[in-house]
Amino acid sequence: MQKSPFWSLIFWAGVWEFVGQMQWMTLLPPLSGIWFAFAELFQQSAFWDAFIMTARTFGIGLSLSIVVGIPIGILMGISSRADKILSVWVNLFLSAPITAVIPALMPILGIADATVIATVILFSIWVVIIDTQAGVTHVKDSLVEMGKIFGCSRSKIIFWIVIPSAMPEIITGIRLSVVRAVKGVIVGQIVIALIGFGGLFSTYLSYFLMERFWALIIVVFIMSFTIIGLVEMLERRIAFYAKSR
Amino acid sequence: MKKRSRSTEVILSTDSINVVYQESLIALQNVSLDIPAAKLTAILGPSGCGKTTLLKVIAGLIKPTSGSVKVRGKEIEGPGPDRALVFQDFALLPWATVLQNVGFGLRARGVPKKERDETSLHYIKEVGLLGFEDKYPHQLSGGMRQRTGLARALTINSDILLMDEPFSAVDEQMRRKLQEDLLNLLKVENKTVIFVTHSIEEAVYLADQVIILSGRPGSVAEIVYPKIDRTGEIDLIRRQPGYIDLVDEIWSSLKKYVE
Ligand SMILES: Nc1ncnc2c1ncn2[C@@H]1O[C@H](COP(=O)(O)OP(=O)(O)O)[C@@H](O)[C@H]1O
Ligand SMILES: [Mg+2]
Repeated sequence: MQKSPFWSLIFWAGVWEFVGQMQWMTLLPPLSGIWFAFAELFQQSAFWDAFIMTARTFGIGLSLSIVVGIPIGILMGISSRADKILSVWVNLFLSAPITAVIPALMPILGIADATVIATVILFSIWVVIIDTQAGVTHVKDSLVEMGKIFGCSRSKIIFWIVIPSAMPEIITGIRLSVVRAVKGVIVGQIVIALIGFGGLFSTYLSYFLMERFWALIIVVFIMSFTIIGLVEMLERRIAFYAKSR
Repeated sequence: MKKRSRSTEVILSTDSINVVYQESLIALQNVSLDIPAAKLTAILGPSGCGKTTLLKVIAGLIKPTSGSVKVRGKEIEGPGPDRALVFQDFALLPWATVLQNVGFGLRARGVPKKERDETSLHYIKEVGLLGFEDKYPHQLSGGMRQRTGLARALTINSDILLMDEPFSAVDEQMRRKLQEDLLNLLKVENKTVIFVTHSIEEAVYLADQVIILSGRPGSVAEIVYPKIDRTGEIDLIRRQPGYIDLVDEIWSSLKKYVE
């Protein structure tokens, strides 16, 4: 037997089709039925509205995580006082079940984009901070001393030596934060259950539109894997740089 | 081991330097030195005796617990353009080419790119790296990396060149070649060199003055002035009668500090 994800996929698609055709579970329609649901899904303006809303909240949330997370990570890497004050919180949120916090966000930020954006940030910012800080604290002492020897100011040392040195870790942090932001944007919408894909999921479930429900899940999976795959490709292109250290 | 008449000007001096790390570890104790201008001074001692600490104090990277460093009679406040440092681990930026690495000191000073590249290329040529200016550090051998570090130190045209075991991270043959090239370079560049080493042979071969540090805490145990004629062929230096004798003498006085 050939070991390839393709054959494995075909096998499980076959199992799905069989179980669906047997109609053992009402929640699981046959896979072939779902293919038609894709076409229906793409014709719905509600789907495209949800898609655009997801893209927007994902983009804004992730950008804020990166733009805010990197400076905080740098600050924690170069100042032991900042590290002492912030590291407790960063480590707490890094491993905390963020999903549990979303219901608390809703009354504050409303059932709208803001809550989803906040969820994306809460999912994705901590890993950017932690990885940036790790990169900054591992900068070789001799490089910083070299900067001082040649009369660099503190800001030149940070921008010319510390940040470029930490770049491989920062890129890793960004990649991990993209993965977490993808989770955040979906989880956020599903917990709120009234907007975006979350709204669609609950509508399809309550009307027993199981073909569309599964089609939407597959679309969401494919979108997530596409984004994560793209980021990993990008990281590999920068990887040579990490190796040369 | 005769003391040579000290007619030359003292360019740098240290006055009873003490360095204490973490309140208890005494790294240097009462180190007072005079460094003659345009000569090569070696700081020799067993590892862990405080050689790097002493060089960093001189470079201005470490503030001594007490004592002072003076350059031409003026106390230093920190690193300055009168002193350049060559690092033991090269301290090259891995994302920058040889040309960019060599030009780093000039860039930090705000020298425009065109002038910076011209000066950098001049020194890249002088250290024998012409043709490698667009290579990255990871594409270079250890010897070439240290040549890059040396060229970078030369660009800022400081009178004093500080070197921390610059050739210890390269293999034996390369070390010999680099030592020869350094001596040749110093015939062209009028520099005061302070050179840290743990190799007795290297100290005697290169230096006009060898400062021997005792084991921890580091303090000056002895100063010797190798009377080696360096005017002729470099190959002949190691064959001069005084060379082996002096290496033996230094070893017998250093032996007691090595456990
Ligand atoms: N930053 C530091 N903090 C604490 N101890 C140090 C530090 N740097 C060096 N030391 C200690 O000081 C002594 C001298 O170190 P160093 O100057 O590096 O010696 P050498 O260069 O002769 O090998 C060693 O015992 C070393 O462990
Ligand atoms: Mg050392």
